[in-house]
Amino acid sequence: MSSFTEVLVVGEHERGTLVDATLEALTFARSLSDEIAVLVCGDFDLADRLAQFGATTVHIADHELLNGDFGPEAWGETLAQLIQTEEPEMVLACGTSRGNEVMAQAAARLDLPFVANCIELSEAGTEITRVQWGGSLLEQTALTADIKMISVSHHAVEPTEADAGQPEQRSFKPDLAEDLARTVVQGREIAEAGVSLATAAVVVGGGRGVGSPEAFAPLEELASLLGGRVGCSRAVTNNGWRPHSDQVGQTGTRIAPEIYIATGISGAIQHWVGASAAKQILAINTDPDANMVVKADYAVIGDLHEVVPAIVDEIRSRQAD
Amino acid sequence: MSELPAKSKVVVIGAGIVGSCLVGHLSQLGWTDIVLIDKGPLPNPGGSTGHASNFIFPVDHNKEMALLGVQSANQFRDLGLSVDSGGIEVARTEARMHELARRMTSAKAWGVEASLLTPGEVKELVPFINEEVILGGFYCSSVSVVDSLETGTQMRNLALEQEALKVFANTEVLDLITEETPIEGQTKIKAVVTDKGTIEAEYVVIACGVWSNRIANLAGAYIPLVPAVHQMADVGPMDVLAETNNEIGYPIVRDMDTFCYERQSSGSMEVGSYGHRAILHHPDEIPSNDAAALSPTEMPFTPDDFDPQMETAIELMDMLGDAEIKYAINGLLSLTPDTMPCLGEIPEVRNLWSAAAVWVKEGPGMAQVVAEWMTHGYPRVIDAHGADIARFYEEEKSDEHIWARATEHFVKTYGIVHPAEQWAGRRNLQVSPYFSRQEALGAEFFAARTWERPQWYQSNADLVQRYELQEREVEWDNRWWSPISTGEHLNLRENCGLVDLSAFQIYELTGPGAVAFADHLAVNKVDKPVGSSVYTPWLTPDGGFHSDLTMMRTAENTVQIVTGVFDGGRDQFWVKKLMPQDGSVAFANITLDVTTLGLWGPNAPAVLAQLTDQDLSQAGSPYGSLRTVILQTASGPIEATLFRISYVGDTGWEIYTAWGNGPALWDALVVAGADLGLRPTGGGVYGTSGRLEKGYRLMGNELESEYSPVEAGLARPKVKASDFIGKEAYLKARQDGPEVQMCTLTVEDHTDSAGRKRFMMGGNEPLLTLDGARIVDSHGRASRVCSAGPGPSVGKHLLLGYLPNELAVIGTDLQVMYQNEYFPVKVGAIDGSVFDPEDSRLKS
Amino acid sequence: MTAEQTSRIDASELRVLVCIKRVPAPGARINLTDDGQRIDTAHLGFAMSPHEECAVEAAIQLTQEAGGEATVLTVGPEEAEEQLRYAVSLGIHKAVLVKTDGEAVNPQRTARAIGAAVAALEAADGPFHLILFGNESADSGGFQVGIRVAVGLGRPIVTAIKGIDLELEAPAITAKREIDGGLEIYKLPTPAVLGVKEGLNLPRYPTMKGRLASKKAEITQFQPGESEPDGLDGQTSLGLIQPPQKASNVVRLGEGPAAAPAVVDLLDELGVL
Repeated sequence: MSSFTEVLVVGEHERGTLVDATLEALTFARSLSDEIAVLVCGDFDLADRLAQFGATTVHIADHELLNGDFGPEAWGETLAQLIQTEEPEMVLACGTSRGNEVMAQAAARLDLPFVANCIELSEAGTEITRVQWGGSLLEQTALTADIKMISVSHHAVEPTEADAGQPEQRSFKPDLAEDLARTVVQGREIAEAGVSLATAAVVVGGGRGVGSPEAFAPLEELASLLGGRVGCSRAVTNNGWRPHSDQVGQTGTRIAPEIYIATGISGAIQHWVGASAAKQILAINTDPDANMVVKADYAVIGDLHEVVPAIVDEIRSRQAD
Repeated sequence: MSELPAKSKVVVIGAGIVGSCLVGHLSQLGWTDIVLIDKGPLPNPGGSTGHASNFIFPVDHNKEMALLGVQSANQFRDLGLSVDSGGIEVARTEARMHELARRMTSAKAWGVEASLLTPGEVKELVPFINEEVILGGFYCSSVSVVDSLETGTQMRNLALEQEALKVFANTEVLDLITEETPIEGQTKIKAVVTDKGTIEAEYVVIACGVWSNRIANLAGAYIPLVPAVHQMADVGPMDVLAETNNEIGYPIVRDMDTFCYERQSSGSMEVGSYGHRAILHHPDEIPSNDAAALSPTEMPFTPDDFDPQMETAIELMDMLGDAEIKYAINGLLSLTPDTMPCLGEIPEVRNLWSAAAVWVKEGPGMAQVVAEWMTHGYPRVIDAHGADIARFYEEEKSDEHIWARATEHFVKTYGIVHPAEQWAGRRNLQVSPYFSRQEALGAEFFAARTWERPQWYQSNADLVQRYELQEREVEWDNRWWSPISTGEHLNLRENCGLVDLSAFQIYELTGPGAVAFADHLAVNKVDKPVGSSVYTPWLTPDGGFHSDLTMMRTAENTVQIVTGVFDGGRDQFWVKKLMPQDGSVAFANITLDVTTLGLWGPNAPAVLAQLTDQDLSQAGSPYGSLRTVILQTASGPIEATLFRISYVGDTGWEIYTAWGNGPALWDALVVAGADLGLRPTGGGVYGTSGRLEKGYRLMGNELESEYSPVEAGLARPKVKASDFIGKEAYLKARQDGPEVQMCTLTVEDHTDSAGRKRFMMGGNEPLLTLDGARIVDSHGRASRVCSAGPGPSVGKHLLLGYLPNELAVIGTDLQVMYQNEYFPVKVGAIDGSVFDPEDSRLKS
Repeated sequence: MTAEQTSRIDASELRVLVCIKRVPAPGARINLTDDGQRIDTAHLGFAMSPHEECAVEAAIQLTQEAGGEATVLTVGPEEAEEQLRYAVSLGIHKAVLVKTDGEAVNPQRTARAIGAAVAALEAADGPFHLILFGNESADSGGFQVGIRVAVGLGRPIVTAIKGIDLELEAPAITAKREIDGGLEIYKLPTPAVLGVKEGLNLPRYPTMKGRLASKKAEITQFQPGESEPDGLDGQTSLGLIQPPQKASNVVRLGEGPAAAPAVVDLLDELGVL
């Protein structure tokens, strides 16, 4: 299918290392056109990898502001200038933080519409389905601008290879004002060891079913094995078993870990509101009808006092192997 | 999760506090094969239980609500899921202080420990209160905070352990299937259709809280309630609360005059309000569990409604102002048109039961009531007629009515409500044929359910002067009362009175089985010659009062039932559910075909004689007899039935005629009585002063299912040979003799500590020994005032109440508590009456 | 940049603007109107987007620590006053409503309306040293209004910010952006714009006194610019649809301790081991 003569894809990379999300954008772009151009900000040689996923042209934007670290304004201005030069019908990025940011920067500079986090295009490419509310709803939108700028919802496309042969490499020299250096990354911090409940990648939650302050020990152990934190329900803080700072919920901390392991928690709405942003929820509960179990992604029916130590043992034995 | 069974004995819909306690109680009573379903998850399915404030103030002026509150508190306590936090109702106004004294009186009546506190004493218990804005407090140490969700879980477990129960959460009811019965207007429940399959059931109970009416409607039935908002905000944390290291460490404070409460919840304070406008929702507006931001019954908070409450809350507890509002909801709860719950079998559909409009504070007790009712045919723990869902008339089941009444009474949740307080809206739903005449006479109408009845007539104001009568000294005692009523009483005793009795509910049983069936309902013999009547109790299977009414054999195969307007719905359903299904008896409600006027007083025969040639002497129209006569009116002759009976103690008749003849009859009697002192006379005489002087018992006041005819003094010398409902229990009660007896007491001194004359009004004031001790029998039944009112012809204020045998002796000196003060009373009569005990006036 | 913008900021003159959006507060499932054009909000409450709660909190903290004044602004209907007052109840000093009357909005229009309002506010009371946006709105999630405003004003912007440090002496803002395994650090001159994310801080709740005071707050109203012809922005929303339902919602990993290997397999798969 080739609805568009050419699609320009933003090649997202981290100081020269291609980001996997770019491959999603390329894969999506191939469904729209046979001619896939990729913008690489900075003098980095990514052509081979890009070609593996279908790039036919690679624009290497060469400028001192681009050759070091990421800068949203420098990248955005570069993209805007390339669009003005090439006038592609379609400009595409993956809907990552950077992808959306660079697209919005370019769109703002060109006063073009930008449609973020799309999952589907109509045949003619003018009707777009995109996600709203973090995926709880879909919006259908008509994009009639001559140059269509969209991002593809991250993880909506499974990247597949399609060797396009040796791509044409073109050098592109953007004209960037000096002051765009103001938004170039100045440094990095490694994540602190002691993660906070709000930012932990794993939270092991305990509810009334835990039964006592002491019985949280296996939960602590599991959390520390996973580099996570222990959270609790309101019933637990009400009983004085744990401090309020550990409370997950409407009136406590709202968490958004990769996985929330909720043990002995019935899933009162109060608690649910605080936990619902977790990407995955594993409920461990004796009651198969418990709210937490019904709403979870994964469930183990059983007594947390037996199941949690079993998980700890299993992790230890695998680590020993 | 197992599969939904195709069949079960009983399906309970709703796993909140009520449904969960119900299945527990049913299993304790021997039920098995119970299925409990809820569309939400467990343990919090998303109904009102999940956001309840979970505290119980065990004092209420209403007997059912008070005793079931105490009963419920005890059940929570027995499960170990309750903390006695204590609670204080604080007053900011003198009117409220008066009300708190009334609360003290009710606390004494129900045996709840309570005391009045000074502002300083309140501050000792609640150090963070601003004592300067309050005048005092009513403290009750047994106020408790309960864990309603865990109670539900444990009550379900009780049934699960007996293997009597299967629970299906996340199972939504889509339809209720009924089947026809031979009785007109009545179907029978057959099955429950859910999204997990259909289940046939012999019994279905709707315990769905705010959704109950919607579910009942699926079966063509009604549970008249509406979801209404109660706003609640959780503010905190506050150190003073957190330091208690407890869910609750300080007494709950009810700021009564601002319609608000402050209830500690761990480190924060729940501020709940009944002070906002009534915010009602249709059940269809309640979001599903999925669509709700919190739970379905925790609707979005509307802060504008709550703001005035914040101002007053900060006034009372300044620390609340600086704490964060962490959680605030428009929580839904259920309101009914008359404030009482909806319990019992639903009249429209046999075996479909309601356990709804019940709050957490009375949940376990009311679940027990319903479980006993289903098991024994009647509740045993307490008389629950006030909560009986059969009490409603058709007009009371419309959304328009429910919404209007709920709107009116919601704002009185913490209000000071007079025992005789009248509804402002939705009046004149049912009026008698004389209504326009009564309005012209300045009638003060009191509503009896849907019916309007004159309580007194302003046109009789001259009687106040004639009999030198006075207003009562204290406004509260005088409210909803008038000395005109006493004037009407004295005039009736001297001349005669005309009383509108059109609100009588009249039913007709016809057919070959009518007399036998009627006899089966009644303690006394109905199977008597045509033209006879009988005044009789209807008993429960346990031998208590279901009702107390008059039955008339008007034809060979016809029996008419005449009952009071407050009991019409219950009695109608009682008949319909017990009547033979073989077609041998037909039921008809002829209430609106017939109108009734009462004509009583020494001049009554002389007045009536002007309209008829009928021999009106005791020989020609003996007491208790029915005579069909032609009465001459200005509009021509009309047919009427004269029923020689009296509920006021003077001779006369209840005159029954066709509804359309009513105005002509009224006019004819007024003309005939013009020179004989006839006055239109209100319900104040008929229902109170006239009745009390004669010691006549009233269903719902003196007569309840907890008492037998033997105790009520209504047992006849002989028991009829034929069988009737409750006979076995009745025979036993006769054999055992009464433990308590209904007595008439006279108030010997009305003067309170401030030197004012006070008048009890029959609001369950406790009857006490001279030491001030409560009088309680072996069943736990406390002696209290069931009815009170003036006895103008005996010159005493009269009280009716049950007393143990040793005190039920004429001349015994006791005390009554009123407004937290003691007044001396004396037993004036036992079975008989303090006025004309020989009934000579009836026989004249 | 002018000299004024590089000289130190007098703490009492610090000016921070937060832009928020009124959005429905739905549950796990969002119901649509029958025509699919809108979210059925009949029985929903409204709130500001969660990222913006953190932006408001940051503005309050910055002005509480350093001094100065925080202003909240929204583009929306009259009802959006509820969210403005909420922000004021938390400790924001001033509120501005750019009022729309139900006409279609899109990111470009919204950005132009905000830009015009900022220009007017700055002309009257001086520049905002920092303008804060939520990273994206909770509802439409367009990821662009803040950037468009910043570009329009010629100011630097970085989004996805989870840490803000304001230097008054040599005015600069250190902003931290979340990346895999850590944070990227940016150093922006003032005036600057940031798009912030939840996790930046723990937003406070209003106190009762704050709520009552907010009721008396005066709300400055602007009308968006007049020259907003229909349909020239090249994008039109056609409506909303529900995503396809997940077939099975809960995956049972087993019962009791026997489920442990399956649990650890899952943890491995998610890359959290």
